[in-house]
Amino acid sequence: MNLVKINFDRCKECGYCIKFCPKGCLSKGDKINKRGYFPPVFAAENCIACGSCARMCPDTAISVYKDVE
Amino acid sequence: MKTIYEKPQVFTDAITTYCGGCGHGIVGKLIAELIDELKLQENGILVWPIGCSCLSDRYYDMDNFMALHGRAPASATGIKRADPSKFVLCYQGDGDMVSEGMAEIMHAAIRSEKFSVIFINNAIYGMTGGQMAPTTMLGQVASTAPYGRETLNSGYPVQMAELMATMPGVVYSERVTVTSPANVAKCKKALKKAFELQLEGKGLSFVEVLSPCPTGWKMAATKSLDYIDEVLTQVYPLGVKKDASKEEN
Ligand SMILES: Cc1ncc(C[n+]2csc(CCOP(=O)(O)OP(=O)(O)O)c2C)c(N)n1
Ligand code: SF4
Ligand code: SF4
Ligand code: SF4
Repeated sequence: MNLVKINFDRCKECGYCIKFCPKGCLSKGDKINKRGYFPPVFAAENCIACGSCARMCPDTAISVYKDVE
Repeated sequence: MKTIYEKPQVFTDAITTYCGGCGHGIVGKLIAELIDELKLQENGILVWPIGCSCLSDRYYDMDNFMALHGRAPASATGIKRADPSKFVLCYQGDGDMVSEGMAEIMHAAIRSEKFSVIFINNAIYGMTGGQMAPTTMLGQVASTAPYGRETLNSGYPVQMAELMATMPGVVYSERVTVTSPANVAKCKKALKKAFELQLEGKGLSFVEVLSPCPTGWKMAATKSLDYIDEVLTQVYPLGVKKDASKEEN
């Protein structure tokens, strides 16, 4: 399984990670962070650990790990 | 388990002051990745401008210098000449470089200073509230051009990457953007080339980045990326404008 970790309080809800995930693994979240943004949520099922979400994130809020136990 | 992406090591935990979706954040992250990859943390000095990126010294755990408005190339000149063994990065926005400090960047190019320049072109003054810059496109609305920029009073947009390419002292000039993962990869490649040319002791290397300013443009962040691809790139074509890195210097 692959894992995308979103640092909840770094996110500024720009939506770039959602827009550029080729597998639709990221979607709008409904929990607010301490700065008033709603970070996206990740569903691991189709993730190919391509790293596109992390590379687009202007706030370095995303880390990506492949083949997590 | 394999790590595909993690926050670059040189980055501190500080959260940037940038708006959501700001291009400064993407480029700033690429700089940090390259500092890690090329091992520049110990020997590098980052020179920052006035503008939205003026608090960048908080984000990098290394030596930083805050220049006066428009004067980053002058400060970078002093630093690089005082100790040519240092890697020196000069980072500027379009208001900072093209209005406030046009003389400084031109003379750094004339003198063929041996540092790298990153030019963030968002076609507007971001920090002070979206005023017109010399890079604002014709017809583009800004707070000081409410009906759009027109030539009668405000003249024409400045193409810095092309202008720098005409300067004999500039060894490399390229315009890139950050509107997709592929374009971010190309941007990183251009920055890496510019950094490596400095490490080889070549003349000034220049990379212009077309960078989203969703706040200044009054657009959703994802729309600001489309605006670059569809509109900005028409006035500011992407690509390598000069590569004299193979020539003798
Ligand atoms: C000498 C001086 N003049 C004017 C200002 C006001 N000022 C601060 S930032 C800025 C423009 C910044 O625009 P740009 O370089 O495009 O950077 P951005 O904020 O878009 O990243 C201006 C005019 C100043 N701080 N100092
Ligand atoms: S790593 Fe790739 S597939 Fe996985 S969430 Fe990020 S963009 Fe989507
Ligand atoms: S790209 Fe980063 S800042 Fe933007 S929504 Fe995704 S996690 Fe948040
Ligand atoms: S005003 Fe524009 S350039 Fe400044 S932080 Fe916001 S989006 Fe970035």
